Amino acid sequence: MESALNSGDTAWILTASALVLLMTPGLAFFYGGMVRGKSVLNMMMMSFGAMGIVGVIWVLWGYPMAFGTDIGGFLGNPFDGFGLGNLLAANPEESLPSMAFVAFQATFAIITVALISGAIADRTKFGAWMAFAGIWVTLVYFPIAHWVWAGDGWLFNLGAIDFAGGTVVHINAGVAGLALAIILGKRKGWGKDPMRPHNLPFVMLGAGLLWFGWFGFNAGSALAADNTASVVWVNTMVATCAAMLGWLITEKIRDGKATSLGAASGVVAGLVAITPACSSVSPIGAIIVGVVAGVVCALAVGLKWKLGYDDSLDVVGVHLVGGLTGTLLIGFLATAAAPAGVDGLFYGGGVDQLGKQAIAAFAALGYSLVLTLIIGYAIKMFGGFRVSEEAEVNGIDLAVHGETAYETLGIGRVSTEVKA
Amino acid sequence: MKLVCAVIQPHRLDDVKSALEAAGVRGMTVSEASGYGRQRGHTEVYRGAEYTIDLVPKVRIEVLVGDEDATSVTSVIVGAAQTGKIGDGKVWTIPVEDVARVRTGERGPDAI
Repeated sequence: MESALNSGDTAWILTASALVLLMTPGLAFFYGGMVRGKSVLNMMMMSFGAMGIVGVIWVLWGYPMAFGTDIGGFLGNPFDGFGLGNLLAANPEESLPSMAFVAFQATFAIITVALISGAIADRTKFGAWMAFAGIWVTLVYFPIAHWVWAGDGWLFNLGAIDFAGGTVVHINAGVAGLALAIILGKRKGWGKDPMRPHNLPFVMLGAGLLWFGWFGFNAGSALAADNTASVVWVNTMVATCAAMLGWLITEKIRDGKATSLGAASGVVAGLVAITPACSSVSPIGAIIVGVVAGVVCALAVGLKWKLGYDDSLDVVGVHLVGGLTGTLLIGFLATAAAPAGVDGLFYGGGVDQLGKQAIAAFAALGYSLVLTLIIGYAIKMFGGFRVSEEAEVNGIDLAVHGETAYETLGIGRVSTEVKA
Repeated sequence: MKLVCAVIQPHRLDDVKSALEAAGVRGMTVSEASGYGRQRGHTEVYRGAEYTIDLVPKVRIEVLVGDEDATSVTSVIVGAAQTGKIGDGKVWTIPVEDVARVRTGERGPDAI
């Protein structure tokens, strides 16, 4: 039999997978620059740690749970295809090898977990974080990915549109961040001591890497090197540009100055919001999605000060709010002329799609919130989630990892002996 | 012997250094410092959260002089560091009991 393999599609998806994998180190820089100098290594290690644990779990039982044999539209069977040994042989019927899809989706699971870490900066036990990452990705991420993206998933069959992960990735991680910020509590001195970003160039670098990798995330989700991928690419670019401008204008009006942190944050807010919508809107629609996300998220990051939760790096304000914005705006701005082929409210499609979008958004939100609270409180009870106050004040890098990022942080350190 | 200490605006350092050299001062110690006086600090805004930064960057200069030179060195520093704006800094003089030059072991005024 002649092989159906499409080498163009396969080459693009393998490339896109590598692009998305680079987003997690990019996130490490984005987050690492925003914390204080005494905890930058721990912040970056939470992202790298997620790469380690989630990557291994994905290959063992993650892929089967998310995309394997369906159990009731809710979950795949983790034992059917455990370890991926069943996917080694070439399948002549596939235009894209399953292993390419495994590779691509692995990187999504990794970054979703890493995103959560921004809510609990400066104070989380590394071991507890690693345990959380493994349990959470299994009990929360894999099921929701199955609902939305697997051919048998219940939200997929409902007709909800989430092209690249507004619900699965961003609403999911955003609300999980909120749950953990509440469980862990505020950092010592929150709201009193200055906790300004220690390295804004890192934040800009991270935002740039995220933007670059996001083209793999969104355009790769077409799972082909085709017109859909190209439309998605342009929508992803222009929404992000518009969101950055939206955030900067909001800051200029409210605070008097357009900041570099605002530009980096606007970029990420725009990327988050266009993620679910990139296949279903026109470029003009994408600009509207971007501007709305930039303005709304710039305002939403102030919520934590009023409500009193220490979501340290605004996972809620950017990912939860941005994810909701993009997922719901599909219901208004979708146009049948775009690859997804659905009309939203503003294009004469009525409220039907908006209803489906709301169901998908709030199903993911509710499930993730409840499960994350249970997992988080369980870890807090059995072993603790937070480092000691002394470790937090002196710097979590030194206490947890035995390292300091910068020489100036180790005043008076004199080496007496080198052990090898 | 006296120690003349000055905390000045960082951007005035070059002029003060040149003026002191022109006045015959042969050595000084310069260090970065942080502080505030009547101008207090400034504010920075990160994602809408406003931080008041009390301490602003300053430069501290220390010059060892003989008793007779303290007043004139103070005047040289004031003259060169002054911009007339708030935050220009302070200069003060304190008595010094003893000085030693490490290289030669000289003591007292000879070591200056």
